[in-house]
Amino acid sequence: MNVSPKAEEILESLWIATEEKGENAAHFEILKIDQEDEALAELVGLAYVEVRGERVHLRKEGRNEARMTVRRHRLAERLMMDILDIKGVSGDERACEFEHLLHHGVDTKICTLLNHPTTCPHGKPIPPGTCCEQARQEGDVGVVALTELKAGERGEIAYLSATDAGKMQKLMSMGVLPGSDLEVTRTFPSYIFKVGHSEFAVDDELAREIFVRKV
Amino acid sequence: MQKQKQAEKKIILVGNPNVGKSVVFNTLTGSYTTVSNYPGTSVEVSRGHCQVGAEDYTVLDTPGMYSLLPITEEESVARRILLEESPHIVLHVVDARNLERMLPMTLQLIEAGLPVMLLVNIMDEAERINMQIDIALLKEKLQIPVVAGALGRAKRGLWELRDAIRDYQPCQATFAYASDLEKDIKAISTLMQGEYILDKRCLALLLLQRDEEIAQRVRDREDDRYASVESTVNDIVFARRVDLHLRISLERKRICKGLLDGVVTQQDEGRPVFAERFSRWTMNPWTGVPLLLLVLYFGLYQFVGGFGAGTIVDFLEGTIFEEYLNPWVIDLCERHIPWYWLNELLVGEYGLFTLGIRYAVAIILPIVGTFFIAFAIIEDSGYFPRLAMLVDRVFKKIGLNGRAVIPMVLGFGCDTMATVVTRTLESTRERIIATLLLALAIPCSAQMGVILGLLSGVPGALAVWLCTLVAIFLVVGLLATQIVPGERPMFYMEIPPMRLPQIQNVLVKTLTRMQWYFMEIFPLFMIASILLWAGKLTGAMAWLVDALNPVMRMLGLPMEASAAFILGFFRRDFGAAGLYDLQTEGLLDPVQLTVAAVTLTLFVPCVAQFLVMQKERGWKTSLMIFFIVTSLAFGVGWSLNRVLVMTGILS
Repeated sequence: MNVSPKAEEILESLWIATEEKGENAAHFEILKIDQEDEALAELVGLAYVEVRGERVHLRKEGRNEARMTVRRHRLAERLMMDILDIKGVSGDERACEFEHLLHHGVDTKICTLLNHPTTCPHGKPIPPGTCCEQARQEGDVGVVALTELKAGERGEIAYLSATDAGKMQKLMSMGVLPGSDLEVTRTFPSYIFKVGHSEFAVDDELAREIFVRKV
Repeated sequence: MQKQKQAEKKIILVGNPNVGKSVVFNTLTGSYTTVSNYPGTSVEVSRGHCQVGAEDYTVLDTPGMYSLLPITEEESVARRILLEESPHIVLHVVDARNLERMLPMTLQLIEAGLPVMLLVNIMDEAERINMQIDIALLKEKLQIPVVAGALGRAKRGLWELRDAIRDYQPCQATFAYASDLEKDIKAISTLMQGEYILDKRCLALLLLQRDEEIAQRVRDREDDRYASVESTVNDIVFARRVDLHLRISLERKRICKGLLDGVVTQQDEGRPVFAERFSRWTMNPWTGVPLLLLVLYFGLYQFVGGFGAGTIVDFLEGTIFEEYLNPWVIDLCERHIPWYWLNELLVGEYGLFTLGIRYAVAIILPIVGTFFIAFAIIEDSGYFPRLAMLVDRVFKKIGLNGRAVIPMVLGFGCDTMATVVTRTLESTRERIIATLLLALAIPCSAQMGVILGLLSGVPGALAVWLCTLVAIFLVVGLLATQIVPGERPMFYMEIPPMRLPQIQNVLVKTLTRMQWYFMEIFPLFMIASILLWAGKLTGAMAWLVDALNPVMRMLGLPMEASAAFILGFFRRDFGAAGLYDLQTEGLLDPVQLTVAAVTLTLFVPCVAQFLVMQKERGWKTSLMIFFIVTSLAFGVGWSLNRVLVMTGILS
């Protein structure tokens, strides 16, 4: 059962406030709504949320829907950035429009296309869907970003995703090339990995652009 | 002179950073080194001379480069040197342990038609990890002269290198890419008919990789033929849009793998040695931060602050100048020079000798000198990339990346020099933020030396000073990140192995930096002395002091402090030294002392730093920084005074 786009926006903000910022509810102001809001009424009708005074609480019944809404939003962001290469504000705006279309299994397809990403381009977690769980159970790690490796784990560099041609070229000329074996030696405060006998340090932004096939 | 220059053959050193290029340079040129440029910027280039057999050679050390296709400013400079200096030998220095990774650049150099010689350096370390390299076989396969060595350790391989230089004969080899790629290269290279320094195969590849500078050169040479070159390039680039760069890199890697087959044999690596374990400690925040504090305590506080600013300054200033030189010179002047104004100029309160030379030689030189020694040791040990990695997260918050830690640390030696080095940061945004923070919150060694001495007598004052500065540094950094436009910085860095610094290298670095410092700064001391002297004689000084008096009153400071602040603009440490005089006269209580020290540290950078700021960042930015820094300094001083008086801390 689909809720309206406006209601999805509310669910999304509510999820971020309660799950990620640790609040127990979100104020009308944060959700940019008032008492008479139609979308809110829709959610109350579905028993997804509960209004106490001026604060909206996410109910157990609404949790899954909220989670999936956030997931669709962040998947849309990933799609904009990684595949369609639309960045910055316009990327965010397109993602906001796009997310409402990701129903009926489209989200699963996109998630698989993106190899079950775990974070959005802003570094926030993407709640895993059933497709992610299934892939994990089958041990199908596929190709993951360097950020997914733990210290001591090894892998083969699969590809470098090219958001900044200059930096990618730099990595390549330093010898960080697809086909090379890599071993992560530290993940905090920055990622440190070894290729051959050389060590490199990269921040998480760049680490997210180096894709590795785990061994 | 010109004729001799033309006759002298050139050897150009190229290679990745951290392969011991500068050690090779110093060993080759030995005592004939004449470094004409300041090395800290690394964009500029050192030249030296060496004699091999009967022949004299000019040796050039280029900034580190990873590939012939430049990305950073340093790499562009390095390539320009290759293009413009018409070398007799291009000596490619590589790290034996990472031969496979570095050989692709050798390939590129050969492909470019340059007279390449390969020096496989750091052989000792390779042997330690049970790696064997068959140099003779490598030489045969590459068809260029190859020398093995460990120049950092007992100059191993130096004689072989000299022999190879003496016997050098240019030779040409070709390495083929996959046939489809070769076809594309040929399609472009046959269209070019001009004369070039670099081989056309190499130019074709660089054009395909969208190298603007090369495109410009080709455009100039080909004139109307360029249109067809361009359209062919565009066709191929489009057809290969998916993976052109990657394809080229992978092809080179494949060729290198073939070349190294049978050349490199690797047995089991030994157990991790101490250097490796130590390296891990420096990068683990739990052990890395205490280690950093130790480095700061022993390197900066004890060695620079204690030994440099204490022991040596006491001896030079207190004993040599105060007891011997000053009385003698003053006496000499007074006896032979009848004019008051000239006496004042030479040996008066702000005299050229009594202020200018005494400060430059007896106070600044030992402090800056010891700092540069400590800096060079830390630099050569390979600690900085580790520190950069450790602080990257924190630095990101203030709009910089970990790399900026190098100019920041250098700022503790000399902010002026550090401002020059901000050039090595990648984006304009980072450069502006770093320049601002250097001007504001990083005291230079000379100033710090005096201030540490000043505050150490008052319990708690040092802590208040330190906390205020750290807080200002972070707050201003955080704000600057919000305000200064531009992209967020990215951090990537190669972490070189930890190494024991070579004494010769440390000394050469220290000397060239001190030389730079002296050349740039000494004249400013003289100018400052003259200005102050003129100010005193004409009364302009008194007028300025009067003008500053209300400000001093607001800060709760005695009138006499005005002079210190005006001096502070000429040299940061002059100002601090002015406070020192006030304190010895008992004019400052602990609160006043702390407020004055904080304000003075934050206060405008010295003339030299301002001039460099203007040169590097332009008038608009530098004036803005000047304004921000001045208002912040007095604002913070005023509030600190209020807080200290109200809370009763320190009194």
